[in-house]
Amino acid sequence: MTDTLPGAAIPNPLDEAAITAAVEEAVAAIAAASSLEELKAVRLAHTGEKSPLSLANREIGGLAKEQKAAAGKLMGSSRGRVNQALAARTAVLEAENDARILVEETVDVTAAPRRRRAGARHPLSTLQDRVADIFVGMGWEIAEGPEVESEWFNFDALNFKPDHPAREMQDTFFVEPPEAHLLMRTHTSPVQVRSMLERDVPIYVLCPGKVFRTDELDATHTPVFHQFEGLAIDKKLSMADLRGTLEHFARQMFGDEAQIRLRPNYFPFTEPSAELDIWHPGAKGGPRWIEWGGCGMVNPNVLRAAGIDPDEYSGFAFGMGIERTLMFRNEVGDMRDMIEGDVRFSEHFGMEI
Amino acid sequence: MRIPLSWLREFAQVPADATAEDVMAELVKVGFEEEAVHRPTDELKGPIVVGRVLSLVKEPQSNGKTINWCQVRVVPEGQEQTLTGEGIDPSGVQGIICGAHNFVEGDKVVVTLPGAVLPGDFHISARKTYGHLSAGMIASVRELGIGEDHDGILVLSRIGLDPEVGTDAMTLLGLYDEAAEINVTPDRGYAFSIRGVAREYAHATGTVFTDPAAKVNAPAALSGGYGVKLNDDAPIYGKPGCDRFVARTVRGVDATRPTPPWMVSRLRLAGIRSISLPVDISNYVMLELGQPNHCYDLDKLSGDIVVRRAVAGEKITTLDGKVRALDVEDLLITDRSGAIGIAGVMGGANTEVSDSTTNILVEAAHFDEVSIGRSRRGHKLPSEASKRFERGVDWQVANIAAQRVVDLLVELAGGTADEVGTDVGTAPDAVTIELPAGYAASRIGIDFTEEQITGSLRDLGAIVLNGEVSGSYVVTAPSWRNDLETKEDLSEEIARLVGYDNIPATLPVAPPGRGLTRSQQQKRRMVQALADSGLTEVLSYPFVSKSSNDTFGVAEEGAARTALKLANPISEEHGYLRTSVLPGLIEVARRNHSRGFRDLALFEAGSVFLPDGQLGTASIPPLGVKPSEEVLDGLYDGVPDQPLHIAAVLTGHDSPAAAAHAPRAWDWADALDVARLIGDVLGVELVVSQGSHQAFHPGRAAQLALRSGDVVGYAGELHPKLLAAHDMPARSVALELNADAIFDAAPDVIVAKYISGFPVATQDVALVVPRDVPADAVLAALREGAGELLEDVALFDVYAGQGIEDGKKSLAFGLRFRATDRTLTADEASEAREAAVAVAAERFGAVQR
Repeated sequence: MTDTLPGAAIPNPLDEAAITAAVEEAVAAIAAASSLEELKAVRLAHTGEKSPLSLANREIGGLAKEQKAAAGKLMGSSRGRVNQALAARTAVLEAENDARILVEETVDVTAAPRRRRAGARHPLSTLQDRVADIFVGMGWEIAEGPEVESEWFNFDALNFKPDHPAREMQDTFFVEPPEAHLLMRTHTSPVQVRSMLERDVPIYVLCPGKVFRTDELDATHTPVFHQFEGLAIDKKLSMADLRGTLEHFARQMFGDEAQIRLRPNYFPFTEPSAELDIWHPGAKGGPRWIEWGGCGMVNPNVLRAAGIDPDEYSGFAFGMGIERTLMFRNEVGDMRDMIEGDVRFSEHFGMEI
Repeated sequence: MRIPLSWLREFAQVPADATAEDVMAELVKVGFEEEAVHRPTDELKGPIVVGRVLSLVKEPQSNGKTINWCQVRVVPEGQEQTLTGEGIDPSGVQGIICGAHNFVEGDKVVVTLPGAVLPGDFHISARKTYGHLSAGMIASVRELGIGEDHDGILVLSRIGLDPEVGTDAMTLLGLYDEAAEINVTPDRGYAFSIRGVAREYAHATGTVFTDPAAKVNAPAALSGGYGVKLNDDAPIYGKPGCDRFVARTVRGVDATRPTPPWMVSRLRLAGIRSISLPVDISNYVMLELGQPNHCYDLDKLSGDIVVRRAVAGEKITTLDGKVRALDVEDLLITDRSGAIGIAGVMGGANTEVSDSTTNILVEAAHFDEVSIGRSRRGHKLPSEASKRFERGVDWQVANIAAQRVVDLLVELAGGTADEVGTDVGTAPDAVTIELPAGYAASRIGIDFTEEQITGSLRDLGAIVLNGEVSGSYVVTAPSWRNDLETKEDLSEEIARLVGYDNIPATLPVAPPGRGLTRSQQQKRRMVQALADSGLTEVLSYPFVSKSSNDTFGVAEEGAARTALKLANPISEEHGYLRTSVLPGLIEVARRNHSRGFRDLALFEAGSVFLPDGQLGTASIPPLGVKPSEEVLDGLYDGVPDQPLHIAAVLTGHDSPAAAAHAPRAWDWADALDVARLIGDVLGVELVVSQGSHQAFHPGRAAQLALRSGDVVGYAGELHPKLLAAHDMPARSVALELNADAIFDAAPDVIVAKYISGFPVATQDVALVVPRDVPADAVLAALREGAGELLEDVALFDVYAGQGIEDGKKSLAFGLRFRATDRTLTADEASEAREAAVAVAAERFGAVQR
């Protein structure tokens, strides 16, 4: 393509008809350009140095002085019209071009690769945090203690008499040598004793953690499991306070409809003692009471072991299994899923519970 | 404890239509958990009737066996139309094939007729066999599910029965009865008896209880009987091992008489097998009254009975035929011949009653709980007797139980009781408890009425008197409730009988709390950060093998790799407590591999167990008293160090393969990255250096330390041999850090840094250094030399090969300079760079490329 029309005469800048014809021709060519490339060629042909209008414009210099103004006016407005048309067409074509590129760049979003690995918390650990948060919200504190523990903290301080059958029923792992009186804690209650020894009354603590019993692993038993135990020591606490606390907690965990039931039971460290049931409206096989844990009023001997005067202070304690809670709250059918570490188990829960 | 309902009904008002489930629903209210239902009719359905064998024809078979073709009358003559049904002959006589040979014509037997169902879902129907139509079965006790004996069919005359033909055999054998099994908590020995449970049933339902002990007509005093001496010269905790021994004599018994079916049935429902009439009577009375007792063959005894502790080296052959070496703490029943029983645990074989026994000495004694418990544990010999004695038996019921055994031996075994008897010992002091006014109300939160307090306690069998202060009481616990010792115990009893459901709910308000502790927050942040960055949390057991601890434990060569050993592990293979979290993680990784998941990023935060110094304490202080500070310190110090470790294992690739995505294989740097992430989220700088740990690749392990120099862990590629040995993918990487140590190193306050708004001046420098110089050390030298204008320096390229002398490498660093108060000139930045290079040159002979 050349920048002038072959054989075209240079129009006279005073010849309005010729100039207008050139403008019309340029505007028509601009409108006809269907791409930015075509438009570029049109622009060079009609506004380039050798285009009729540019050449005509250059003729103004040779005109008589009195003709220059009229010719300048005519050429200025004429070239303005062409540039205006060019700008407008450029905008249209650029917009079309942009839109086309975006269309061409379309991907199948459903085929996106998963580049970032999704991690997961173990549901037992998530649930443990959830329980702790409820009690922290009530002003309680979280207490922790060692998993290998002195026999005194695990049994004697908790009023397990050395020869009482209740002591054997704990199915304890002992650490060698037996003369050292060390064992794997069978419950998180030794943390309660440590808390009473280390803290000032009143005490409101929750003790979550791992505990150990010599059970073989099966669908409902594991030698290593998790508990959370609560302990409150204050003036004038009664079993009604225990019930109120458990009821509040149950509603935080299971919703406002949750109900609890206490049944008489025996634990060496509480008197009275109770078994705690929770009403599970969504239980598999229909609504029913589910055994959730144990609780009671702290036995005065336990307070005495920690140097707290049972005539001045009373307390209540409760304990539940986290595995058990997870089993009925989240319908985990087999205990083994929780401890085998199959990634599908944790990953199904992600960060939630 | 299993409670046959027919037995319970004798002493408690159980509705006639109540099931075992109904009874359990009542008992749970007073603290007995439901265990199971034992109901023969769940597995057994009639018609099962008494039949009389009219004829029996022996028919030898080609297989060598001989079968009996029997005609059995199952409906009395003249009443033929009273029993009808498919397969039942209108004549009232059934033709039945029977393979057993222990019966003859004329015997009365149990016939299961067509339509009956036997245990194991075995349906009886008329069927063709051995060339006859056999319409029913002549049953053995085993087939009926009421015994083990399958030598032959049940001939009713041999169990002392001669019922009418056509009698419902299920009624006859007590098979419509059922038992409720409940769990008895270890404090309530009295509830291991029908007597105790019937009383509790009455408490639960508010109905009337009839004490079976009150139905026995026992003499108030006994004397002149068999000689018995209580000679305990080594009481435990000052309590004599035996504080009552009742002995009664019954002569002329027939020990071979069958035990009546009603007794067999109740024993069976209670879980006790029928053995012989005297033994069955003994067990029956134990179940009814809670008093274990023993029958000796009087003619096998020699001289007085002496109750004493064993002497060193003494032995006994117990009823089960085993020879047992005795401990000096064992309490024994002895006669002139030596030990004839381990008190309260098991009798001896040489004085056992047998079929030929005619004269019986009945023992009903009261033994110390602790003494019996220790013998039972020492000999690993749990028995029905020891179970009761360990938990406590009613001192007062001994002579009543002896009388009941005597009465039954007279009634059922045809014996004659001696007028004289023996009853030696001293009653323990009754336990008297002061219950202050309002105490139970304040402990339970129910404003009990006076009637609720005294009524409940009297229902239990306690004596309740008014105390000196108005509203207070003095309570004497009943003799069978050795668990009632304190005012708290009484409060529980009152609450239990009034009903726990009546306890209101009040919510106590805790004083202002301090939230999670710093380390609790740090742990959460760490665990959450790992999960957020794509790792999966798992929880593994802390039980490992010795070799796992040796491989993953302390890094130093030759260091003593001590670990705690369990005295009673689940398996010897996992007999030690972990000193590293990695063995568990590797096991979990392998399990996932075997299930088809090979691209893994697993982590666990858990305790490890590091014994050092004092291990435990030689003794432990008593209960109910706060130990001295010194003793407490000893207990604290004796508990081994158990820091929280965080560990991760990465195998395979960082993400799943997908269209237009090539996953990257995890490598050693990823392990380091995870370790650094932990440091970053906790605000602790982890100093990396070339590490050496037997579990890791010798050239691809980083040691991680705190600024203080304390080593906190390792990260890198696991040792190729270890990976091969554990069948793990090659190039798997791992890390393990002592999280507690990192938590402790976290700064309390982070001081803000001045942020300069002046432009940055960047300078790159490539340095050639010997290949074994760590990049990090060169970087540190540059940082040191560059001075305070240096904002940041980073390694961006490592090169060795063409153009670089052998044994050397080129490290390229980008340095960013910025001043806090002016725009730096190019000269200033270059000057700082040269100063940086100078230090690197001096320290490592670094040369600029």
